[in-house]
Amino acid sequence: MKKQVCDLTVINNTRLNHDNYLIELKPSIKLENIQPGQFVNIQVKDSPTTFLRRPFSIHDVNYYNNTFAILVKTVGDGTFKLSKIEKNETLDVVFPLGNGFSEPSKGEKILLIGGGVGIAPMMHMARESKNIGVEVHILLGARSESDHILVNEFSQFGQVHLTTDDGTLGIHGFVTDHDIMSSKWKFDRFYCCGPDPMMHAVAKRAKALKTECEVSLENMMACGFGVCLCCVTKTNEGNKCVCTEGPVFNINDLEWQI
Amino acid sequence: MADLSVKIHKLELKNPVMTASGTFGNGVEFDDFIDVNALGGILLKGTTLHHREGNDYPRMAETALGMLNAVGLQNKGVDYFCKHIYPIVSKYSTNVIVNVNGSTIEEYIELTQRINELEHIAAIELNISCPNVKEGGMAFGTSCPMAEQVTREVRKVYDKTLIVKLSPNVTNIAEIAKAVEAQGADSVSLVNTFLGMAVNAETRKPVLSTITGGLSGPAIKPIALRMVWQVAQAVKVPVIGMGGIASATDAIEFMLAGASAVQIGTANFNDPQCTIKIIKGIEEYLDRHKLLSASDIIGKLQM
Ligand SMILES: Cc1cc2nc3c(=O)[nH]c(=O)nc-3n(C[C@H](O)[C@H](O)[C@H](O)COP(=O)(O)OP(=O)(O)OC[C@H]3O[C@@H](n4cnc5c(N)ncnc54)[C@H](O)[C@@H]3O)c2cc1C
Ligand SMILES: Cc1cc2nc3c(=O)[nH]c(=O)nc-3n(C[C@H](O)[C@H](O)[C@H](O)COP(=O)(O)O)c2cc1C
Ligand code: FES
Repeated sequence: MKKQVCDLTVINNTRLNHDNYLIELKPSIKLENIQPGQFVNIQVKDSPTTFLRRPFSIHDVNYYNNTFAILVKTVGDGTFKLSKIEKNETLDVVFPLGNGFSEPSKGEKILLIGGGVGIAPMMHMARESKNIGVEVHILLGARSESDHILVNEFSQFGQVHLTTDDGTLGIHGFVTDHDIMSSKWKFDRFYCCGPDPMMHAVAKRAKALKTECEVSLENMMACGFGVCLCCVTKTNEGNKCVCTEGPVFNINDLEWQI
Repeated sequence: MADLSVKIHKLELKNPVMTASGTFGNGVEFDDFIDVNALGGILLKGTTLHHREGNDYPRMAETALGMLNAVGLQNKGVDYFCKHIYPIVSKYSTNVIVNVNGSTIEEYIELTQRINELEHIAAIELNISCPNVKEGGMAFGTSCPMAEQVTREVRKVYDKTLIVKLSPNVTNIAEIAKAVEAQGADSVSLVNTFLGMAVNAETRKPVLSTITGGLSGPAIKPIALRMVWQVAQAVKVPVIGMGGIASATDAIEFMLAGASAVQIGTANFNDPQCTIKIIKGIEEYLDRHKLLSASDIIGKLQM
């Protein structure tokens, strides 16, 4: 769909745990063909330190109700202010932005890997992939048991595998320590979003396994639609804007030392 | 309804609202959001003779009501511009202006000659004020003799409207404005960004890869306004004002201070439709004050 700037109505704001909020939004225009991995850019009002819009992945889309959700982790003033938003308030949003993950083919077996709030784009991805007949596995990594959210929701679309840094839930360690990332599983594709060190580790494993791998980057953005050139990442073809040529990149195109 | 049109030398603008270079891409990025042809003119992103990769990431830091950037003139160079961008922007009926950058006088001249051949480019804006490049850039705009020399040499090879974009990182901006006017500039535009810096106290490191960068946005408005006023007093050529303009009221303030037209920069990031809202707001203001023309407010500050 065309890029829009519009006021979206907050349908729900649900606190999921100590620092994660699920905000459901309803536009007045019809949602069409939102690709998993695309994002929105939100103006945070009445936050004195928040001047630029804040980017958030589209977490899940409900075409039937014409709503979509974002998952917000509170890390600073902007996200803290957003976490306080209430039902029926409006948010000024520019969307949909960026390119999504490439679509897997029917019959393929894929692994979605989310670390921390990087799990955000994976719900829409899991739903859409299952719909087209893809075998979906979801690997979620978090610091501790209390940081794991939405596990039941993910399990509707595929088998969920968990790790925690402290061993309180699932496998003790990082996502790359999980057996699901070993050679015996033979995935067609990895899709990954999370902290940089995690994405690098996953990319390294993908290279070793010769598995196709896409990562979703979270560079600092000023505009979100390709005009400020602030959000660049180095690729084989020079600097590219994460907001318009990403946020999803194939690891083979990035100049990562892996 | 008031007449919104204004003139910058030979350029006829249907309204005084243009976009600032580096904040509007090549216009096409805004096609989803607005009718680009409704604007008085658009300034394309900074172009150089040769391809430039720009500076390393991070290139941006958010500040109180503003931002620092250190993009460093990333662009694919003039050959690419002529082949791939010019055909696209030629579809616009509004004034399309190229922001011209160089690290030497020769580069400015050669680039200007190339742009001079392009029929649909109505004017050039000579950027002698980029704070984010190692060679050239701001060095030309912060010294009177260098600003004079580059304007004089470019003037010799360019016969359409020549706008010179001034740096605010000087002690006396009016002096530089007078110097470039004397060498044949048809208009001056100001201000480019203010040299600034951001530090991350936790990591004890500079935020930008280049340590310093250019400050823009509402944070700079009062200083930009003062400079526009000082320059408008000092020169006879039309002044194009910018720096932190985000509303019609901001734009009108710059015009009252002496700007014949304005450019909107960073505000495009917050609201990609702000330029259209600003045009509407100026029109409403003129109607409310029973003024017939936008030119009736230029320099009409009541003392
Ligand atoms: C494409 C993309 C998708 C994202 N998806 C999600 C998501 O689904 N859920 C989620 O919780 N977060 C997401 N983020 C990160 C989110 O945008 C930041 O956490 C948020 O901007 C922080 O704002 P703040 O005011 O709370 O924090 P601040 O106090 O401003 O900063 C805290 C940290 O947040 C990051 N940050 C701040 N401003 C920006 C900006 N303009 N662009 C990018 N990062 C910034 C920086 O790393 C900074 O150190 C995404 C970022 C990008 C670029
Ligand atoms: C991201 C960014 C990139 C810019 N690139 C250019 C450029 O290429 N050439 C130029 O003359 N000015 C450039 N500028 C400066 C703007 O054109 C303008 O002079 C400045 O931002 C002040 O106006 P504002 O406060 O409305 O943004 C840039 C500004 C920003 C924020
Ligand atoms: S955020 Fe402006 S170009 Fe990507």
